[in-house]
Amino acid sequence: MVQISLPQNSKVNKGKYFEDKTGSKNIRKVNVYRWDPSTEENPRIDTYEVDMDNCPSKVLDILNKIKNEIDPTLAYRRSCAHGVCGSCAMNMGGKNGLACTKPHAEIDGDIDIYPLPHLKVKKDLIGDLDGLYKQYESIEPWLKNNSSKETTEIFQSKEDRAKLDGAYECIMCACCSTSCPSYWWNGDKYLGPAVLLQAYRWIVDSRDDERKARLKKVADELKLYRCHTILNCTSACPKGLNPAKAIAEIKKMLATANV
Amino acid sequence: MSAYNIVDHEYDVVVLGAGGSGLRAAVGLSEAGLKTACISKVFPTRSHTSAAQGGISAALGNMGEDDWRWHMYDTVKGADWLGDQDSIEYLCKEAPKAVLELEKYGVPFSRTEEGKIYQRPFGGMTKNYGNGIVQRTCAAADRTGHAILHTLYGQALKHNTEFFIEYFALDLLMKDGECKGLIAWNLNDGTIHRFRAHTVIIATGGYGKVYYSATSAHTCTGDGNAMVLRAGLPLQDMEFVQFHPTGIYGHGTLISEGVRGEGGYLVNSKGERFMERYAPNAKDLASRDVVSRSMSIEINEGRGVGKEQDHVHLHLSHLDKSVIEDRLPGITEAARLFANVDVTKEPIPVVPTVHYNMGGIPTNYKAEVLTVNGSQKTVPGLMAIGEAACVSVHGANRLGSNSLIDLVVFGRAAAKRAAELIKPGTPHEEIPENETQKCLDRFDRLRNAQGENSTAELRLAMQKTMQSKCAVFRTEKNLKEGVNEIRRTYDSMDSISVKDRSLVFNTDLVETLELDNLIRQAVTTVDSAYHRKESRGAHAREDFPKRDDQKFMQHTLAWWDGKNSKITYRPVHNSTLTNDVQYFPPQERVY
Repeated sequence: MVQISLPQNSKVNKGKYFEDKTGSKNIRKVNVYRWDPSTEENPRIDTYEVDMDNCPSKVLDILNKIKNEIDPTLAYRRSCAHGVCGSCAMNMGGKNGLACTKPHAEIDGDIDIYPLPHLKVKKDLIGDLDGLYKQYESIEPWLKNNSSKETTEIFQSKEDRAKLDGAYECIMCACCSTSCPSYWWNGDKYLGPAVLLQAYRWIVDSRDDERKARLKKVADELKLYRCHTILNCTSACPKGLNPAKAIAEIKKMLATANV
Repeated sequence: MSAYNIVDHEYDVVVLGAGGSGLRAAVGLSEAGLKTACISKVFPTRSHTSAAQGGISAALGNMGEDDWRWHMYDTVKGADWLGDQDSIEYLCKEAPKAVLELEKYGVPFSRTEEGKIYQRPFGGMTKNYGNGIVQRTCAAADRTGHAILHTLYGQALKHNTEFFIEYFALDLLMKDGECKGLIAWNLNDGTIHRFRAHTVIIATGGYGKVYYSATSAHTCTGDGNAMVLRAGLPLQDMEFVQFHPTGIYGHGTLISEGVRGEGGYLVNSKGERFMERYAPNAKDLASRDVVSRSMSIEINEGRGVGKEQDHVHLHLSHLDKSVIEDRLPGITEAARLFANVDVTKEPIPVVPTVHYNMGGIPTNYKAEVLTVNGSQKTVPGLMAIGEAACVSVHGANRLGSNSLIDLVVFGRAAAKRAAELIKPGTPHEEIPENETQKCLDRFDRLRNAQGENSTAELRLAMQKTMQSKCAVFRTEKNLKEGVNEIRRTYDSMDSISVKDRSLVFNTDLVETLELDNLIRQAVTTVDSAYHRKESRGAHAREDFPKRDDQKFMQHTLAWWDGKNSKITYRPVHNSTLTNDVQYFPPQERVY
């Protein structure tokens, strides 16, 4: 019988416990994944008791409270704090989302906060998205149009413009891709839902002259067809977008057209 | 001090910041064949340009007659005559070209029936020099900044711009009054990088986070402005801080002016549309300073809504459902998430919230940085664009949708000017080591700081001071208290504490460096406000309620080296750039 074991350094240890010092009667326990690359130590889960009477409603508010009042060494990305920049994507209560828009009241019991799943971790809650960004580059996310008229815009009907709705809003937070088991397994080759949604955004832009070439480029067993319609992506998207549908549309276009 | 390994780089141009203006500059520089590095502390699409909602102004005339001269007049008037009219002429004349260029880059603008770029009304945007409302603000629903930022990042990729992402810039490298490059800290692996460049273009955005309540992102800390101060150069017009009329009460999230552009309006506790009293013609679409002051007066006089009567309501439930769905989907989501409001049924609770810095690094219309006692002398090797810069096109108050156009017009102008000045591949001069040493000394001192004041406490003290002493309405007494209080907080920086000593993603140290940047700008902001004894645009002095063109048709220049401050002035330009348009002499400003 084959025995499989994980490497020693992948074991997550129990970490420090930060007791409440405010004397609050309304405490929640927050378990946070910690890993510091500058030490030889294994990852650990630190637990913070957080006074919820003086904490606004979102998970990011909890993290800010921990960083400002309890433990300034905690590292996470955050910027706009209202769901448009995509920095604070992480896994909260077992589900991917943006910490700045996720209400902590939606999480029962202790609040578990981890980095986005299946990424290399740079530190604490900061995941390595370099691979995903490279894949984004590979779909050439810019308009390819041969018109040389400089004095007017390229006209686009309202109907054609409406095709971009649900695609151009993507904030590249990677909640979808890092929730996809197929992307976990083949993330080096499968483009994943975030990048395919962007590929779709340029394929259906009526102003783009390279639709066929774009379709051909993604029509690949690994790049595209590793999507097995698991639909975790759509369920994870904090912006309410539907990457799974976009992927299905690409597959349909390929199945019905001569590309 | 401990030794740091330094990685050296040489580029023709280094762009610091990868928001709208930085990316547009980087694209132009790469097109011109200049070896360009673009450095950013966040991944480009995380920049705060992404939060811009309503749109980008340009006199395209897609929705009725328009003229760039009308746009120029509106901007001059919006600026309360503190803007430099040569720069404003350049901005408004170049605007249509810049928007068409964005469209060709692929920005998914909303469309008219004819398939043209959709334009909406916006505050202060009028036709025929103040006679009626014009539709000038080009929109991609209410996610225009997001759409532009992502598109520009795509263009930068197309042009193979070299990015240095999640690098935190520390200081400029100066030699004999010229900028020779900069030093940055790579958060990914903890290394220190020295970039030598013939020109550094600062595109680091605003510094909204000096205030407690702001629509600004956590990362809006004006790092470039502070680097300029530390290099011994002045910042300009820092007293002019824009309060956006409609930040969500309690949270600060921006609700676009586009809501009022599409027909939304403000209401006090008596159910009155009070803007009719303050701005009989433009009403809810008066410029932002006017609307914010009117709201503050309503609240101060007891006509605010809510338990504390400390905010007002923004109504849009009367709008067509299709208008809300097609043109305001983003704010619908924001109102649900942060105010728990269904905009089709209930009003949004809103309050004036810090939003934009008209002030910044003084430049001419070619984006070259200016200095020295009010003359027009440029600083060789240094440019600034976007919210970090003070060109000055926004003067004392920026009009909504003029910021996005500022980004692309002056991002483009900077690239053009750099291409004129620099021959690709020109060899670099040696930079004296003491500049590097000075920079790393500060870095190392803060990294190992073992005092008793936490970064978060000091930041909060600074923010509370600014919020209470340098807000919508200002007085001599308040400002004087602010001047003293902010210095006390500044002095406490000597005993700051940093707990994390590591170098990889040490966000404790990042926030401390950001605070060091913020507080220098806070000092110059409150100093500049204290010395401007008049009311103009966003700077409203209760003790000097009138504009004083005799004394203050001048830009404030403020220096602060950590110990000594200095305030001087340089005159506002009183001519246009070309004969295509006449200078607009100061008038009384009524909406």
